[in-house]
Amino acid sequence: MNAPTKVDPNVRNFQINFGPQHPAAHGVLRLVLELDGEVVERVDPHIGLLHRGTEKLIETKTYTQAVPYFDRLDYVAPMNQEHAFCLAIERLLDLEVPKRGQLIRVLYSEIGRILSHLLNVTTQAMDVGALTPPLWGFEEREKLMVFYERASGSRMHAAYFRPGGVHQDLPRKLVEDILDFIPPFLKVCDDLEGLLTDNRIFKQRNVDIGIVSLEDAFAWGFSGVMVRGSGAAWDLRKAQPYECYDEMEFDIPIGKNCDNYDRYCIRMEEMRQSAHIMRQCCERLLKEAGPVSAVDHKIVPPKRGEMKRSMEALIHHFKLYTEGFHVPAGEVYSAVEAPKGEFGVYLVSDGTNKPYRCKIRAPGFAHLQSMDFLCRGYMLADVSAILGSLDIVFGEVDR
Amino acid sequence: MTNTSWLDTLIQVVIILAQSLALLVGLLIVVAYVLLADRKIWAAVQMRRGPNVVGPFGLFQSFADLIKFVLKEPVVPDGSNKGVFLLAPFVTCLLALAAWAVVPLDAGWVVADINVGVLYIFAISSLGVYGVIMGGWASNSKYPFLSALRAAAQMVSYEVSIGFVIVTVLMCAGSLNLSAIVEAQNTRYGILGWYWLPLFPMFVIFFISALAETNRPPFDLGEAESELVAGFMVEYGSTPYMMFMLGEYVAIMTMCALTAILFMGGWLPPLPFAPFTWVPGVIWFLLKVLLVFFMFAMVKAMVPRYRYDQLMRLGWKVFLPISLFMVVLVAGVLHFSGLAPGAGG
Repeated sequence: MNAPTKVDPNVRNFQINFGPQHPAAHGVLRLVLELDGEVVERVDPHIGLLHRGTEKLIETKTYTQAVPYFDRLDYVAPMNQEHAFCLAIERLLDLEVPKRGQLIRVLYSEIGRILSHLLNVTTQAMDVGALTPPLWGFEEREKLMVFYERASGSRMHAAYFRPGGVHQDLPRKLVEDILDFIPPFLKVCDDLEGLLTDNRIFKQRNVDIGIVSLEDAFAWGFSGVMVRGSGAAWDLRKAQPYECYDEMEFDIPIGKNCDNYDRYCIRMEEMRQSAHIMRQCCERLLKEAGPVSAVDHKIVPPKRGEMKRSMEALIHHFKLYTEGFHVPAGEVYSAVEAPKGEFGVYLVSDGTNKPYRCKIRAPGFAHLQSMDFLCRGYMLADVSAILGSLDIVFGEVDR
Repeated sequence: MTNTSWLDTLIQVVIILAQSLALLVGLLIVVAYVLLADRKIWAAVQMRRGPNVVGPFGLFQSFADLIKFVLKEPVVPDGSNKGVFLLAPFVTCLLALAAWAVVPLDAGWVVADINVGVLYIFAISSLGVYGVIMGGWASNSKYPFLSALRAAAQMVSYEVSIGFVIVTVLMCAGSLNLSAIVEAQNTRYGILGWYWLPLFPMFVIFFISALAETNRPPFDLGEAESELVAGFMVEYGSTPYMMFMLGEYVAIMTMCALTAILFMGGWLPPLPFAPFTWVPGVIWFLLKVLLVFFMFAMVKAMVPRYRYDQLMRLGWKVFLPISLFMVVLVAGVLHFSGLAPGAGG
């Protein structure tokens, strides 16, 4: 009945390249956008510009040598990745990490979570045009990176979690300083919230933008904040406790509206919960002494002083740093609740000193693939807002 | 006889040229430091130091930037319309500077004391958008083009409400001459007699619209960094880019000056008695302009950016009805209370 609307064949949609040099592309993402005016008709993410072949490289390295590759995945929260890999190896070896080692791991995993969330929350604000929060956030990140440095000697690429525990014990002063860091940090969280949470423009730019229903979230393989934002109280730290998370007291915030704003609020609250966990860890670390790493010298290298005195330790040291240790044949999937979601390592061992295959399951990869259905019908400005709330880091997406 | 009139005209022209030159030099120096102040205020909010290397406290930073921009090689993209591409920054810059011809810095300190001063500024600043549209279009590039489209829509939508705000001030002052508007605020109540108090809602609307008019955050959609990279300035560098920047900041100063004149009593001292009246009017004027600019700078440091459609909604659905209603209200009050200037009441 209705006459078909006549489409002028000469009128085409506008196609633009969003990235890889775009300031809001979060690294090296390239989105090919099809725009009808300012409305987004199609989003086509192109990835691979930061591909380094990590998984293949790991196959040619001993287990210990492979650890630093995990720092370079999600370089915003390096130790959380090492954690997944170490857990996988420990599960194959059936190795128990002593309590103090577990506490240090949990402490530094939560530091990593704050590192990541701080960067994400503030850059999400930057993606909608608020330029001040990132600077405030970086100040705190700087302090946290100093804690990384004081534990491992490195601000980012720590290589601190080792199969069997952690590399070295923490000095008492460091634990005390971390404890002292927490109250001012909570104040900074309040300041950031004061600038953003009730800001009318920030809300207009984020509420009801980038809605993911829970079915969609599960169907697309989302995890972490992306499913919690859609209302599922799914957190591996509670659902499948590893290390000593079952002894920690913390809450899992969840969202109701499934939009950008809920994800922002969840990240803010998770930072506070992380600070709470850190406090519990620090208090126990100050009280409880003990080894930080398994004492099996077939796996964990001896300390340097010991190596200088004991012939056997010297042999162990030499063997572990040349040949490495052998892992019994088998396969295992171990996952941790990384700041960005479920970070998993699927490790296949053939009984030698090198992994036969190491598949890395990066949460950002699953999240990025949803850009098309998330952005369709929204405006160009929302693309960067949604991208910001997905929390993408290209180190782990491209691997 | 003819000889002398010719000479008179020449002298007039020379005087106007000298005045314009003095104003230009003064204005550019003020802009250089306002630019630095903008960066310093922004830095302070973000807990940074801001530029502090060139000269003491970075005081020569703007001049170092000037030299840097001028000495750089200007790159004109191959696919651009070269004439329009290079014309655009000049249009922006020239129009922004031209608006200052009618701005009274003190009683009688004005290059062109014309009777339609407000209309002149309004017209000139409306034309400013052509620089952006031309630059965005002539770049022949996609992001600048989107930016040009946005800028065109944004400017029109806010000029309407700015227009109505100005109408209310005109009704109170009874003149389109900027000096006369300032004089109309000269009452024995001092700061309380300026228009910002009786016309407070209009003052707020004018300030916000001025942010939009000058492409400042939260309305900087034309150069939205996280969406359009740098908008219409993507393809620009070196001197043409500097002209855009200069034009932008001069336009901001114009809007600050206009706010000071329309709502804050221009060169008048805040209290109309002894120690305050000793200070030259131009100082008061400068202080008021800088106060408004400080608000501009703080807004930039604190707010996120509106989305394109939200900005249009704010302009057309919020500000336009409010300012329209206020025009009627102010007119009604003036008419029935007999306060209207020239009403004989």
